[in-house]
Amino acid sequence: MKFGIVRFPGSCDDIDALQAASRVGEAVLLWHADHDLQGADAIIVPGGFSYGDYLRAGAIARFAPVMSEVEEFAREGGLVLGICNGFQVLCEAGLLPGALLPNVSLKFIFRQVELEVVRSVGPFTGGCEVGERLSIPVKHTTGRYYAPDRVLDRLQATGQVLLRYAVGHNPNGSLRDIAGVCNEARNVFGLMPHPEHAVDSLTGSADGLRIFESMRSHVEQHVLA
Amino acid sequence: MSSSTSSLEERHRQLGLTDGEYARILERLGRPPGDVELAMLSLMWSEHCGYKHSRRLLRRLPKDGAHVLMGPGENAGVVDVGSGLAVAFKVESHNHPSAVEPFQGAATGVGGILRDVFAVGARPIAVLDSLRFGEPSVSERSRYLLDQAVAGIGHYGNSIGVPTVGGEIYFEGSYEQNCLVNAMCLGLAPHARLIRSAAAGPGNVVVLLGALTGRDGIGGASVLASAELGEGDEAKRPSVQIGDPFTEKKLLECCLELLDRELLASLQDLGAAGLTSAASEMASKGGVGLRLDVGRVPLREPGMEPFEIMVSESQERMLCVVEPERVADVLGVCERWEILATPIGCVAEGDSFQVLDGGVVVADLPVSVLVDDCPLYNLSPTPPAAPLYDAADAVLTGDESPAQTLLALLRSPNLASRLPVFEQYDPIVQSRTIRRPDEADAAVLMLPDSSAIAVSIDCNGRRVACDPRRGAMEAVYECSANLACVGAEPLGLTNCLNFGNPEKPHVAWQLVEAVEGLALACEQLGVPVVGGNVSLYNEAPTGPIFPTPVVGMVGKLPSAARAGRLGFVAEGDAIALVGPFEPSAVGSELSKLLGRPPAGELPAADAGRIRVAHQTVRARVRSGAFHSAHDVAEGGVAVALAECCVGGGLGASVRLPNGLDPFGEAPGRAFIVSGRREALAPFVVIGEVGGDALAIEGLLELPVSELRDAREGGLREWV
Amino acid sequence: MRARVLVRPKAGILDPQGQAVERALPALGFDGVSNVHVGRLIELDVDDPERLPEMCERLLTNPLIEDYEIER
Repeated sequence: MKFGIVRFPGSCDDIDALQAASRVGEAVLLWHADHDLQGADAIIVPGGFSYGDYLRAGAIARFAPVMSEVEEFAREGGLVLGICNGFQVLCEAGLLPGALLPNVSLKFIFRQVELEVVRSVGPFTGGCEVGERLSIPVKHTTGRYYAPDRVLDRLQATGQVLLRYAVGHNPNGSLRDIAGVCNEARNVFGLMPHPEHAVDSLTGSADGLRIFESMRSHVEQHVLA
Repeated sequence: MSSSTSSLEERHRQLGLTDGEYARILERLGRPPGDVELAMLSLMWSEHCGYKHSRRLLRRLPKDGAHVLMGPGENAGVVDVGSGLAVAFKVESHNHPSAVEPFQGAATGVGGILRDVFAVGARPIAVLDSLRFGEPSVSERSRYLLDQAVAGIGHYGNSIGVPTVGGEIYFEGSYEQNCLVNAMCLGLAPHARLIRSAAAGPGNVVVLLGALTGRDGIGGASVLASAELGEGDEAKRPSVQIGDPFTEKKLLECCLELLDRELLASLQDLGAAGLTSAASEMASKGGVGLRLDVGRVPLREPGMEPFEIMVSESQERMLCVVEPERVADVLGVCERWEILATPIGCVAEGDSFQVLDGGVVVADLPVSVLVDDCPLYNLSPTPPAAPLYDAADAVLTGDESPAQTLLALLRSPNLASRLPVFEQYDPIVQSRTIRRPDEADAAVLMLPDSSAIAVSIDCNGRRVACDPRRGAMEAVYECSANLACVGAEPLGLTNCLNFGNPEKPHVAWQLVEAVEGLALACEQLGVPVVGGNVSLYNEAPTGPIFPTPVVGMVGKLPSAARAGRLGFVAEGDAIALVGPFEPSAVGSELSKLLGRPPAGELPAADAGRIRVAHQTVRARVRSGAFHSAHDVAEGGVAVALAECCVGGGLGASVRLPNGLDPFGEAPGRAFIVSGRREALAPFVVIGEVGGDALAIEGLLELPVSELRDAREGGLREWV
Repeated sequence: MRARVLVRPKAGILDPQGQAVERALPALGFDGVSNVHVGRLIELDVDDPERLPEMCERLLTNPLIEDYEIER
């Protein structure tokens, strides 16, 4: 199983994602200017400040050369995980519904929060149980999830909300406490919290590893089998 | 800045040169300097660049150590940490720019210290910040400075992907007009990638990397730092330096790749006095000359004059020296990282620094005149005849109960939880952070071989004001104590000396005494000083700031998994007080809350016993015998115990040794530790972890929740 | 020619920046201020102003959360 982690100018948590994914499979960096996914079985669009968050977070990165390959990969059902800035990029690219707005506090916030698993079927949370709590850190200025009400209703009805901030743990004002959503086809998932920073109890919690392990299970069962 | 009607002689005064200094220039050159030359000299000979009042004094600091790879004089100090790796680190001030524009001042302070670290070839892996402002309860301006400085530090550090892992903030009236923003950075490098800044190889090409050059900071940092802030600092705003962390991130990755590929002969960052100081220092260290063509420098503003280009402090720029056959490869790497790279000159034989504009020579100065001939002044230290500092307004009367007193201390701005600040910083990017702010007395970062480095930054300016020599020693002791609490042994120290106007004898005295204190404590503990910074003239019409020698210390521990923590860990653990502890009320936080002025002699320190205490704590944290360790600092034993309870979410029952002042202070030498009773021998057990309250026999009993609320509420109302 | 694009947060979406400004003004003695919203200004020289709306839709704004107005 090979993970490809996209690296834009300004990506910060790319190496962290690379190291986290390496615990679960092979992992390589994908340069933003190359049209080459290097045969990856799953793509991670990492956290950071791609292009300085200029104009809007993720607005410029979504047009990077490698993104045309990522979009095609997603259209064909490949797994794509967007973390924090990656989530912003995927929303800007239209691969995920909704948008990320500035935190209600208008400040950057770092906090170890508890997430609740809303749906445990599928490639990203398949290894978890509904209602289970995951301790994962958030660190962002622009993390308030927004979509129009009718879209939010639909996402909840179709089970596209995979992770929610536990009561009292919403750090940014995300509507309906939404922490992470997937697309209708369920192969693209974006979340603001950083699972790659929750893979070792020595540096925090290891709850985030479950997401990478779920992705590997899915690929092994459906792609490599 | 220049007027055709005033003569060169008057112009030198406008640029901050004294008549004596100007005469020295005439004598050294044998002729009057041209415009560009005068501008360059005025900056290189400023206090900020030339260290005129401090250079002689700094020679007192011990710089030798078994692990030192690069000492003072390079862009950053470097120590060996084993397994072929080295840690580079330094602390620098950005005080005057932060007073003018705190967001950008603090942001560019971080940017500047990051560049100093990657200029030696190290990847920045952590930042710490030491900040000082006036009292938030009475000063809207200080609340504004705090808010904006924190936002600026967060903006730059978070955007560039370097974790902010620690720091300190103090609030004292003496910093009201002169805030302090000191930024420390640590970097990691394989030995093979370390590089020095000495230019070498006549014929080698000088290449400018990074952002376009504009009018940022012209007449800025250096000149500002050489004068006290008075009226009219609004007028200095147009020259404010604006930081761009996105460009610096690309510049950082680009430079590290250039070094990994061994494409550079030397590297230097552009800081105060921009091209002038970077180029002349490279030439001076290499014993060579330099020719630069300002006509080749890519500009952000049209019509910039040569002197402006030479002294611009535009951020995110580096200068490197490249062998001619490698220039094409260098340009290729830079293009991939979207970093502008422009050959602007070459290294030459001899001692001459020539600046050309197109084909015309606009400056031609001996390197030695720029760098070495700057006059050094002796200080005339005299102890102050009268008290220099007023007392803060009293918050307590002295009639309060010990419980009320403890809560007041925990709530006070200097002791309250810094969480509202720390949660604006990313402490975990790069996945090395083992101990986040508030988890332990020092930040701990894991190394690839599973060992770890620890870092702390400390200084209590009010205590240094009471007694500069002992107060400075305490800063060193406290850093070492903080490292011991996580199990780390000190490897090296960096310092930033923040003082008032050194031409005034009482400030000179503070400076001399503080440096002596730093030197003595470093010698006693065997910690070398590998670099640092000086910021003088931090003075308002009302008087100087508290003398504030900020100390940053880096240490190593063999096992990241065994890093210590400060909060109590297990019910039933015994608690002991370790170390030679003879506290007093002089200079304490309680004395401040009671409205007493900072005055009196600080407690004497027994260096031998302090060293033994640090070694013991370090060893027993490493072995796991001590489950928790926390040094006793501001607020004394009562506050330390409260912090251990809140940190661990566990109460404690304690009986203090007879006559021990629960709020008395003597930093850097005493520790509250916990562990199994038998593991604490031979130390006297003073209590036990358990329950949900802190009970100090005969003194107070408070629920841990109340301690937490007091502590967490303290800063939140101001941030 | 020189064009200006004014970008505003879409009505109905929480605008904490606008709220923060609205709160801060009375504290400085400015009363009678309400309905504050904070947006962005983008200025550019364009050869073909007919393409501006497309630029806005594709890059300069996020139509889900922002409205725009073009001034020439």
